[in-house]
Amino acid sequence: MNKYIETGEHNNEPLSSFGGVGGGLVIINYGAGNIKSIQFAFKRLGIDAILTSNIDEICAADKVIFPGVGEASTAMKMLKESGLDKIISTLKQPVLGICLGMQLMCNSTEEGNTKGLGIFDVEVKKFSNKVKVPQMGWNIIKNLQSDLFKGIKENEYMYLVHSFYAEQCKEMIAKTDYEIEYASALQKDNFYGVQFHPEKSSKAGEQILKNFLQL
Amino acid sequence: MLTKRIVPCLDIKNGRTVKGVNFVNLIDAGDPVVLAKQYAALGADELVFLDIAATLENRGTTLDMVLKVAEQVNIPFTVGGGISSVEHVDALLKCGADKVSINSSAVKRPDLINELSQKFGSQCVVVAIDAKQINEEWFVHLAGGTIPTDIKLFDWAKEVEERGAGEILFTSMNHDGTKTGFANEALSRLSSLVNIPIIASGGAGTVQHFVDTFKKGKADAALAASVFHFGEIPILELKQELKKRNIPVRI
Repeated sequence: MNKYIETGEHNNEPLSSFGGVGGGLVIINYGAGNIKSIQFAFKRLGIDAILTSNIDEICAADKVIFPGVGEASTAMKMLKESGLDKIISTLKQPVLGICLGMQLMCNSTEEGNTKGLGIFDVEVKKFSNKVKVPQMGWNIIKNLQSDLFKGIKENEYMYLVHSFYAEQCKEMIAKTDYEIEYASALQKDNFYGVQFHPEKSSKAGEQILKNFLQL
Repeated sequence: MLTKRIVPCLDIKNGRTVKGVNFVNLIDAGDPVVLAKQYAALGADELVFLDIAATLENRGTTLDMVLKVAEQVNIPFTVGGGISSVEHVDALLKCGADKVSINSSAVKRPDLINELSQKFGSQCVVVAIDAKQINEEWFVHLAGGTIPTDIKLFDWAKEVEERGAGEILFTSMNHDGTKTGFANEALSRLSSLVNIPIIASGGAGTVQHFVDTFKKGKADAALAASVFHFGEIPILELKQELKKRNIPVRI
């Protein structure tokens, strides 16, 4: 599996600048969450993503998706069991953490008092009881500051489901307002993280996934 | 600002939608995938699939349908009907369902809520509650509303939240199918009692009913079936009207 495979079943513009060299698009499969949805979202864009927990395959990939749904300390435990906790922060290709994936890339999270991978220099906190928790549904992203958001307008709606949030910080590339303003996307070097679910966020979400492939 | 969600509900039997859906230009109105894509394109915020003939025998058919919806639809969806085990939920989530909705099985064995939220996270556990108001008091009913219990709605809602439910889908049997509006008094009380999102269900007939359930009922989402399926209330027009009335919606 050295190349992205065009499935030919899509109406999107061809991803012409997206190459056939390297190790393709990999979704890290460490047992956390609904990775099928992410795989399907890329398939709708005409890209076959590989689900794997194999360290060599992850390191050789052109692009890496770090997903996650569920509880932080359990997810971190699963990462450690497969040795992936040591690998992710050493990757040089573009890496996109989604939802809990993004939170685990931060310094720490209040969920289960879990130490994160420390890629993003920020803490993850719990929403207070002044708002309904989890935040569930469509909210806007603003102050967009990355090529990840090429073609995305300010105040675009994204689908979010989460009880914990990353605080505003210097690595913030998008923010969202729910009780307080928080970082709904982060970037440092080749590492990207989004709190929302692009794979479930209609056309705008698809554009973000497409942008990630073209980074 | 977090927007209020509009949620069409599709009844499924043997992997096909039933009760009829009346969209124009649809080749196959019984195909859940075709309908789901149509609703996503029309601006629905998420979808609920309710398996009304859920049996062990047709479980495979439903899983196959879930897989096909997940492959082709780019908004979140919930699957409900006849779900009573961790293994079944595992299979549904692996096929790409975002959330599952449990109802009678949660009343019969409340620990199921704890087990599901611990294993898969609260975010994917919707507890559906069907209740009927009898002499000023709301009582939970089972099996699609056919079996009454002595469990009180508000006690049960509090308990499901404590056990780890991520959301409550509340259907008022007094209002369901009447098209006279949602049970806003009970909804508003529910919404202030628990700190998880509440989906209002039962009674949608007009645009004003949606306005009322968000304003008076303090609902976080509103679910309806026939008014959407038969095009009585087009989703885009509904959302434009809600926006005019200062209710935050995604357009």
